Amino acid sequence: MKNLNRRDFFKTTAFGVALATLGAKSAKASDKMLSEDRIGVLVDTAVCVGCRHCEWACKVAHNIPTTDLDTYSDNTVFKEYRRPEQTALTVVNEFENEKNSLLPIHVKTQCMHCERPACVSACIVGALTKEEDGSIIWNDDKCIGCRYCMVACQFQIPTYDYDRSIDPHIRKCDFCHDRRKEGQLPACVNICPNEALLFGKRSEVLRVAKNRIKRKSDVYVNHIYGEQEVGGTSWIYIASKNFDKLKMPTLVKNPAPGISESIQHGIFAYFIPPVTLYALLRTIMWVSTRHKDKNSENLSDIHKDEKGEES
Amino acid sequence: MIASPVKQKYITPGVMILIILALNGLAFLAVRFISGLGAVTNLDNTTPWGLWIGVDVAAGVALAAGGFTSAALVHVMQREHYHAIVRPALLTAMLGYTFVAFAVCVDIGRFYFIWHPLIMWNGNSALFEVGICVMIYLTVLYIEFLPVVIERFMFRVNLPGLLKILNKPLDGILRILNRGLPKTMFVFIIFGVVLSTLHQSSLGTLMVIAGQKMHPLWQTPILPLLFLLSAIAVGFPMIIFESLIASRSFKMKPEMKILSSLGSMVAPILAIYLAFKVGDLFIRNAFQYVLVFDTAAWMFIAELALIIIAFLLFLSKKTVDSPLRLFVASTLVIAGVLLNRINNFIIAYNPFYNPKMYIPSFGEISVTIGCIALLVLIYRAVVIIFPVISQENVKARN
Repeated sequence: MKNLNRRDFFKTTAFGVALATLGAKSAKASDKMLSEDRIGVLVDTAVCVGCRHCEWACKVAHNIPTTDLDTYSDNTVFKEYRRPEQTALTVVNEFENEKNSLLPIHVKTQCMHCERPACVSACIVGALTKEEDGSIIWNDDKCIGCRYCMVACQFQIPTYDYDRSIDPHIRKCDFCHDRRKEGQLPACVNICPNEALLFGKRSEVLRVAKNRIKRKSDVYVNHIYGEQEVGGTSWIYIASKNFDKLKMPTLVKNPAPGISESIQHGIFAYFIPPVTLYALLRTIMWVSTRHKDKNSENLSDIHKDEKGEES
Repeated sequence: MIASPVKQKYITPGVMILIILALNGLAFLAVRFISGLGAVTNLDNTTPWGLWIGVDVAAGVALAAGGFTSAALVHVMQREHYHAIVRPALLTAMLGYTFVAFAVCVDIGRFYFIWHPLIMWNGNSALFEVGICVMIYLTVLYIEFLPVVIERFMFRVNLPGLLKILNKPLDGILRILNRGLPKTMFVFIIFGVVLSTLHQSSLGTLMVIAGQKMHPLWQTPILPLLFLLSAIAVGFPMIIFESLIASRSFKMKPEMKILSSLGSMVAPILAIYLAFKVGDLFIRNAFQYVLVFDTAAWMFIAELALIIIAFLLFLSKKTVDSPLRLFVASTLVIAGVLLNRINNFIIAYNPFYNPKMYIPSFGEISVTIGCIALLVLIYRAVVIIFPVISQENVKARN
């Protein structure tokens, strides 16, 4: 009986090692390489006039019902601070400009398409993916609606269909994935009448941003929002006012998923910790059983009760 | 001491109240499944997770920790003295995790895709790990419970009416299981303990990714360790709590011999938890946030105070020997851990854009209370049907 148990002990350990090699394989497959030419957009809040044409174009591009473009000149919406929602994947907000009260500052909000996205790391089924070109898109066929991406996102961008029981969607800016496949610009960039949005390679728009700040250091604050925030974002902002005054969260430079992924991979490093724990517990069980009363020689006496009843 | 079905009537006035609470919860559940989460909950784009994740799932998993702690004590360390607590604790864990799975189904938007994580993997996601571990552990718990079913129904399968034809095959299955299970059960038991340590801790990792949205009093890289330690710490108090309630409800003598020795193990575990919890606070320089004395600070103080008072109570031999004191001290631990989970998932989640504070709706609270009521009702039914609870001087049913 003792022999059998020792053999079982080794068997289960061997099983664990097999699992470990399997785990090592699956851990590596997760990181897609980001392209050197990955895209970005520079939002120049000093240039934006708050026409909100981007809001309209975004809705049209994503088949969201909308009123005519004329109605978007209504400035009263600026009275309240707005956030992206299911029916508006991008919104523009207005802020006071202390330097010139006639020229308020307008800030467009949408998914930032992080370089190291927390939502992608968090998604339980991998429904959110970071594409090679830098955009982050959502897969309708995988999503289970757990909303962990919303918990994870540092910019609070993903929105959820709270009013639908069947087929609720997670919605956010998809960097006009479909339009770009056909060689078109993102809808918002395309419609922007005074080039407040500059689309290009991320490295390129970053260079432009630096130049603009350098050339007009009297206009811009020396901060490119999105260059380093949570590891960098595809959408970057420059402004004539500190970003915390523009309701942009002040964020650390470390990518949001960094710590949680290290913990996860630490606990599961090649499945060694769980397997070690299993082996340890098995050893404790084996030793305790041997030390136990000699009367109960049967090692697997979990069913003492049944045995007692039968005998 | 041998476990036997409790000989009691099912319906009592208390049970009637529980049934009403359960029905009330089910009514709100119906609305949720017909009209979506927004119709019943106060969740929105700012607060994607609320009471159902914080209490039904996170606290539910923690309070079901009696299952793996007792398995580790009795089966792994072979402390036969505690044998009588294993089955009630196992039943609680089994029902508890069943309800956790159910609560997840209720909370996720696309409940009909709950199986997706089985085939769509994301190894980076803490939630994925929790999900997979809970699914496997739930299966393990059901396997661990099989011996109880075998004991009760082997040679006695007797289904009514047309189902009669199933009697023989079912009995055959039970007999085959009875031959195979005793030899392999240790694998499941150890596996269960390993799975529990994994997901109890990963439940803590869940909120780490929220980064700066989490209040600094709770946001720490050792959250997984704190979750694991608090789960271990609440295991025995939960067993004591239930055992005392059960003996009162079924008018039996409390098993003080076992419960006292269980109780004497609680203080050291609480001490370890407190050491890490408080130590972490100082190492991260987060103590300053306690001194702000805002809502979050008070919630943190309350959570810590409950555990500290419980720890002091458990230190004294007087507590451990008296059923009433033992009950009070255990309740404090349970309340402390429950509040810790609520704090971590609801109070600490304090995002940048937060126009209004999340307060659970009447519907959300109804569903949570309804689920707990249903759990108690099923527990009662199971202990009346199956040999789960051991009593001194009671002979096994033959």
